[in-house]
Amino acid sequence: MNYNWDWGIFFKSTGIGSEIYLDWFVTGLGWTIAIALVGWVIALLLGSLLGVMRTVPNRWIAGIATTYVEIFRNVPLLVQLFLWYFLVPDLLPEPLEMWFKQDLNPATSAYLSVVVCLGLFTAARVCEQVRTGIQALPQGQTAAAYAMGFRLPQIYSNVLLPQAYRIIIPPLTSEFLNIFKNSSVASLIGLMELLAQTKQTAEFSANLFEAFTLATLIYFTLNMGLMLLMRMIEHRVAVPGLIAVGGK
Amino acid sequence: MISIDNVNKWYADFQVLTNCSTEVKKGEVVVVCGPSGSGKSTLIKCVNALEPFQQGDIVVDGTSVADSKTNLPKLRSRVGMVFQHFELFPHLSITENLTIAQIKVLGRSKAEATEKGLKLLERVGLQDHAHKHPGQLSGGQQQRVAIARALAMDPVVMLFDEPTSALDPEMVNEVLDVMVQLANEGMTMMCVTHEMGFARKVADRVIFMDAGQIVEDCPKEEFFGDVSARSERAQQFLAKILQH
Ligand SMILES: Nc1ncnc2c1ncn2[C@@H]1O[C@H](COP(=O)(O)OP(=O)(O)OP(=O)(O)O)[C@@H](O)[C@H]1O
Ligand SMILES: [Mg+2]
Repeated sequence: MNYNWDWGIFFKSTGIGSEIYLDWFVTGLGWTIAIALVGWVIALLLGSLLGVMRTVPNRWIAGIATTYVEIFRNVPLLVQLFLWYFLVPDLLPEPLEMWFKQDLNPATSAYLSVVVCLGLFTAARVCEQVRTGIQALPQGQTAAAYAMGFRLPQIYSNVLLPQAYRIIIPPLTSEFLNIFKNSSVASLIGLMELLAQTKQTAEFSANLFEAFTLATLIYFTLNMGLMLLMRMIEHRVAVPGLIAVGGK
Repeated sequence: MISIDNVNKWYADFQVLTNCSTEVKKGEVVVVCGPSGSGKSTLIKCVNALEPFQQGDIVVDGTSVADSKTNLPKLRSRVGMVFQHFELFPHLSITENLTIAQIKVLGRSKAEATEKGLKLLERVGLQDHAHKHPGQLSGGQQQRVAIARALAMDPVVMLFDEPTSALDPEMVNEVLDVMVQLANEGMTMMCVTHEMGFARKVADRVIFMDAGQIVEDCPKEEFFGDVSARSERAQQFLAKILQH
């Protein structure tokens, strides 16, 4: 292959203002993190609520959560994103629609769409993890808590969820990593997150391979860092006397 | 203290309890025995409404379990229950296990709950283990903590569902000792157990169940006295478990 590698490219001017290419990557990484973290907060809160709903002894409540999961897990992520970005604003009440389409700057409206989309999509997956974690606990735990006079919400918050979360840290970690990877769909509605900045760098500079190598390295480092973080949390909350986690 | 009046319970078409009636007076110790699947667990779980029943009524210290107006959590908080598999909360320390319901259900202060919990822990001989977690204790120790946890709620009656049958043989006695002590102090107790030594020592009455019915319900002396006067099923059952 006849390709002139030039790793210095990242420090060269983009020709737009005083920015160098590296600045684009930094901005992109910022967006990627902002999408993934806010989306994750939504996913964790909503997913936990749905996971609890799927396990309560009430068919209607459980049914609502099941329907949610079926819909959000089975419609492709990109379709969901386009619905949130192109269709949902049209369904909003007039003032809200105008605000979304005209008052917000384009990056903000794209950001809102992608955060809501990823949050709700990932919530369906978190829901299933939380449900599995709760169902893995012995029935006797609930019975013992009832026998002491606890009410159902107290049983979830004091007995079931603290144990369920500990069990599901590994699968939750992979959902957390997924939301970072999935955040790249934002580039399709024009939000300049990491992948979009990489493509733009490749096009402007013609240093395609360097640009994508750097992007790969950034995604990889980010993932490793998050994985280590989750490992640390897992060890921190490990219960003494129970089977040790993480191959300790 | 507990009066069980003509209780009938079905799981779909299958009748688990048939016309069960009995009475446990204040300070009385009643042992419930019978073959596997005879409905012993189901019966005592009806007492604190862990299992609903379709007919009859159970009155615990003046409160009707079947009455839809009854505040069940409140009723349950006054009835201690000890399970076959201990059911301590593994993510909480022993102290937290002993205090959580006192704090969240009875509204006691943390200091008050801790003092009470530690006093009971000492009573079951485990004061040195307060800071540990359940997974770090042996089965017998866990069951003693579970008894202390139930006692911390100041129950008017204690229910036991085979409290020693998940234990290694060498740990059975440490748990039975705590139960004997409790019985001698005058606690009202309803115990599902096959420990006939325990029944002989402290029971006032013995109930024998078979196929969802209370077949025998008589004073201990009578139950163990003249075996030939017992029902055929009870004789077969006793022959099996008294061999050992
Ligand atoms: N949730 C349930 N659904 C249907 N049948 C049940 C259920 N729980 C218990 N049963 C049945 O009810 C009967 C009584 O069960 P129970 O657990 O009360 O028996 P037990 O006398 O405590 O037996 P063991 O000595 O094995 O604990 C059994 O035949 C059992 O199979
Ligand atoms: Mg049983």
